[in-house]
Amino acid sequence: MKTFSYVRATDVATAVGAIASEPNAKFIGGGTNLVDLMRERVESPDTVVDISALPLTEVEELPGGGVRVGALTRNSHLAAHPLIRARYPVLSQAILTGASAQLRNMATVGGNLLQRTRCPYFYDDTAACNKREPGAGCDAIGGFTRGHAVLGASEACIATHPSDMCVALAALDATVEVRSVRGTRRVPVDGFHLLPGATPHIETVMAADELVTAVELPASPLAANSRYRKVRDRASYAFALVSVAAALEVTGGAVAGVRLALGGVAAKPWRAREAERVLLGAPATEESFRRAAEAELAPAAAQPHNAFKIELARRTITATLRRLLTDGSAA
Amino acid sequence: MTQTEVRTPPLRETTGSAVGAPIDRVDGTAKTTGAARFAAEHPYPDLAHAALAHSSVARGRITAIDTAAAAAVPGVLTVITHLNAPAMKPPPKISPFNLVSLATGTSVNYLNTDEVHWNGQPVAVVVAETRDAALHAASLVEVAYQRLEAVVDFAAEEGNAEPQKSNALQSGGARKGDARAALAAAPVSVDLRFSTPQHNHNALEPHATTAAWDGDRLTVHEATQGIAWTRGQLALRFGVPERNIRVLSPYVGGGFGGKGMVWAGTVLAVLAARVAGRPVRLELTREGVYRTVGGRTPSTQRVALGARADGRLTALVHTSVARVGRVGGGGEQITSQSRHLYDAENILLQQNLVTLDLLPNTMMRAPGEAIGTFALESAVDELAYKLGLDPIELRMRNEPTVNPLDGKRFAHRMLREAYELGAERFGWPERTPAPGSMRDGRWLVGMGVASAYHPSWQLAANVTVRLSADGGVLVRCAFQEMGMGSATVVAQIAADALGVPVAAVRVEYGDSLLPGGPAAGGSAQTASIAASLLPAAEKLKRSVLALARRSPESPLRGTRASGVLARDGGLYPADGRGAGESYPAILARAGRDSVEARVGSDTRVGAMVSQARTVGKVLNDRRRWVKAACGAHFCEVRVDPDTGEVRVTRWVGAFDVGRVINAKTAASQLRGGIVMGIGMALSEETLVDPRTGRVMNPSLAEYHVPVHADIPPIEVHYLDEPDPTMPLGLIGVGEVGITGVAAAVANAVHHATGRRVRDLPITLDKLL
Ligand SMILES: Cc1cc2nc3c(=O)[nH]c(=O)nc-3n(C[C@H](O)[C@H](O)[C@H](O)COP(=O)(O)OP(=O)(O)OC[C@H]3O[C@@H](n4cnc5c(N)ncnc54)[C@H](O)[C@@H]3O)c2cc1C
Ligand code: SF4
Repeated sequence: MKTFSYVRATDVATAVGAIASEPNAKFIGGGTNLVDLMRERVESPDTVVDISALPLTEVEELPGGGVRVGALTRNSHLAAHPLIRARYPVLSQAILTGASAQLRNMATVGGNLLQRTRCPYFYDDTAACNKREPGAGCDAIGGFTRGHAVLGASEACIATHPSDMCVALAALDATVEVRSVRGTRRVPVDGFHLLPGATPHIETVMAADELVTAVELPASPLAANSRYRKVRDRASYAFALVSVAAALEVTGGAVAGVRLALGGVAAKPWRAREAERVLLGAPATEESFRRAAEAELAPAAAQPHNAFKIELARRTITATLRRLLTDGSAA
Repeated sequence: MTQTEVRTPPLRETTGSAVGAPIDRVDGTAKTTGAARFAAEHPYPDLAHAALAHSSVARGRITAIDTAAAAAVPGVLTVITHLNAPAMKPPPKISPFNLVSLATGTSVNYLNTDEVHWNGQPVAVVVAETRDAALHAASLVEVAYQRLEAVVDFAAEEGNAEPQKSNALQSGGARKGDARAALAAAPVSVDLRFSTPQHNHNALEPHATTAAWDGDRLTVHEATQGIAWTRGQLALRFGVPERNIRVLSPYVGGGFGGKGMVWAGTVLAVLAARVAGRPVRLELTREGVYRTVGGRTPSTQRVALGARADGRLTALVHTSVARVGRVGGGGEQITSQSRHLYDAENILLQQNLVTLDLLPNTMMRAPGEAIGTFALESAVDELAYKLGLDPIELRMRNEPTVNPLDGKRFAHRMLREAYELGAERFGWPERTPAPGSMRDGRWLVGMGVASAYHPSWQLAANVTVRLSADGGVLVRCAFQEMGMGSATVVAQIAADALGVPVAAVRVEYGDSLLPGGPAAGGSAQTASIAASLLPAAEKLKRSVLALARRSPESPLRGTRASGVLARDGGLYPADGRGAGESYPAILARAGRDSVEARVGSDTRVGAMVSQARTVGKVLNDRRRWVKAACGAHFCEVRVDPDTGEVRVTRWVGAFDVGRVINAKTAASQLRGGIVMGIGMALSEETLVDPRTGRVMNPSLAEYHVPVHADIPPIEVHYLDEPDPTMPLGLIGVGEVGITGVAAAVANAVHHATGRRVRDLPITLDKLL
């Protein structure tokens, strides 16, 4: 790892000031992703601004029933928080399926939002990668693509976003609060991450000098009946092949409200709006679930090793909605 | 020592019952408290750190190498490349007459050549004040290559495989009768193709070397399974006599075969220490292990079985294709179990090899049988279904009484009993045979069985045993302890042989200054040591008795060696009549501090003699008997019908491993093998990019070994009956556990789902 300068910020103003004044600086939260990427020579900041001591660790109830989560809240703390467990079980479950207990104890909400893809060719600096080096090409195409995208990919990049937490946030219509020397702005999670297009190195709407300060979860009666299902290559400690965050409300046998998002299939947490549209008002049956899943996956396109993900996503959507119907959010 | 102490020696436990007892490992406390020092933890004043730069092409020549940026990193002492490295001797050519040559990981003379033979070959070593500086600088070494055509795609090259030649230790093929004709004529048959991917060992401790030169004397702290081999290889390569080299390896954090050979890191650490003129530590990164230490070969296999309607096998065909590297590696005995497991009338076995421009393969837990049993034992299950027979019943109908190929006797074979015991403990009779017929809520439940089989081996071992005036026993032998429990079982064997409690025995190992030990491989270590330790203890007893007999006051005066028993910390008449004497009393009266006995000699000639004697005995034994460990695996899986996820939920293994020396450490070995086998069955796969020959998942995040949540409780049962042809009746337990595991899982998955997965790993996409 290249040598770098280290700055420790204890208040938000200093943090955003420090990042603005350094041309090649990075924030470090839990460091569980950034340090790996620095070791692998994917990231080489000259300055690292440590924000782990910022007073942004509160999980507070908002007037109206929403919840505000400070960006430095540790993943494990958020998952265990009673407000989250009661009102947004899908979020708690999603976080707990991610990484390992040790990593979750370190990882922060801001870092989780901004973690980068696990594409093996992105990690190996002998491979061509447009995300790492714009214009270099993409060695994943024609290589090992089991973990890659089936929705929203481009010719320049087929990587996926690895986060579980973000899939739940997408389903919950969360908002990200971002601060810089220019002020504060708020971005809906669904618009926070970008599809690769011709510029896969631009992954979010964040400017390089912006700090995530909080995530806000809107009040949602629907969210109390929600669950997360992650499908992966071993029972624990592996990234999602496909994951589904779902919330469901059924009245009189028909779907009165539904939120659905997919993980492991695209460069962003994939809000399944087409499936939601098909489901709304439809009878809450296996057949409707399947039809909705099919509608969502209709535009999917596979690589040689990941065609199974399309069928897996259909099945997992269907199975998750079915479980919500029978078991609610109980594990 | 005072008189009082002599009369009350510290020997209060009952003796004679150490062998078999499930005692805690003697090195457990040192390991759990952190007192144990591993190869990368030895402090030296002035220690420097080394890191490797790896090639990014599979085959080529280095045309330019720019080390300026690396050398400019603060703290960097030197950057060694083929342009400035001192000359080393090339590694020895592999020869059965020079066992050290068998430890040549690759034939590349590292940094003494501009040639690149695999993607990841070390092309430079950076030595720096800190490991971080060395690693960073290594990443800045710029290399230009003239690329040469490289053959790296195993799947594409399969058709170019050539038959593997047989040698004294391994057969490339075998035949009995006309299996092809019998197969064609068989009323019931299966003819199936299987594939298994490359695997890597992933020992918890990455390979590490700390090397210190003092003139032309060298001390190496090394994570190795072969102390003597490491010493021998370094002596040859650096042109110094073996006696000038000391290799220390008292603690090794797992090996599984990956630390059996001498790989680039070891050689280059020693080279770096010589160049830097300082002690150097080279700790491979996890990626560095994948790039420089070979793994298990991938394979494709064909198993064809022909049977009569009653299930009796008329034909057994098992052929395989595996790969070696152009610069090393060897055939793995993929068809070995197929020589012994079934009493087929006609047998045809052939192993084939392709040569690729990849890092050579190397031994990995049960090389050959681990993947060979997957194919054979899956095929037997398929045949059982085709015949409408219970898969255990089919096996029992074909259980041989003598070796099927040539009629040799089995030294010991209790596979039948293993199935009986396992079936009872597992509850096999409750299984309903129809695929998909068992459920637990939404889960599909499946149960499968498969046989485990691994030949037993023995290597040469020199041992000394010393009895001290206080009654304590010291056993010395340069064997390896990688966590198997070796030191503990050696103490147990010595304790019973000399009639002292385990606590009175100290074992010294892991140091090349000690009498030469066997390498830890082939599940042979314990049997090899026992074969020398038992006669050494016998010799010691005779010497002690001789001392006693010389003394007029000794109650043992006039007793013959055959008439005494070592027990309770001394020698006593075997018939229980008359008095005996404690060891301290005998030694005190004789005025001796200690008595020592030794088996084997470490002089050059002595070592050759004991090597030749052992190899001769092993080959002679093999002409007379077939020796092996075997067992029966019982596996229960649950499969999610929506997603195809497989969870192993229950495991019972019943093993015939001869006499069990330590019920606890042996169970850990067998369990560890089963865990590794579950990984092989469900998730492990080294991804070698067929375009570049580069390993694309060189990390524990992306190479999926099983995690705790993947592993159910594993019940291990022993038949615990001694093999009369083995020392103490013991058969090695290190490898048999992994064999058959993947087949048991695959068979259970079929029972749950009706789907046969013949390509490992059984990932969920194969079940959608
Ligand atoms: C072995 C392994 C397995 C894993 N498995 C999973 C998994 O199964 N599922 C899953 O979801 N995740 C998984 N992870 C990823 C893990 O969730 C992330 O590493 C973690 O969430 C990142 O949080 P952090 O605080 O450590 O981020 P850091 O490493 O500190 O930062 C990551 C990035 O975010 C930026 N950043 C951090 N905080 C802020 C902020 N407040 N404002 C602006 N920028 C910021 C940093 O500059 C950096 O670019 C795994 C990680 C590892 C190492
Ligand atoms: S898929 Fe994207 S991240 Fe992976 S190599 Fe291609 S460009 Fe890079």
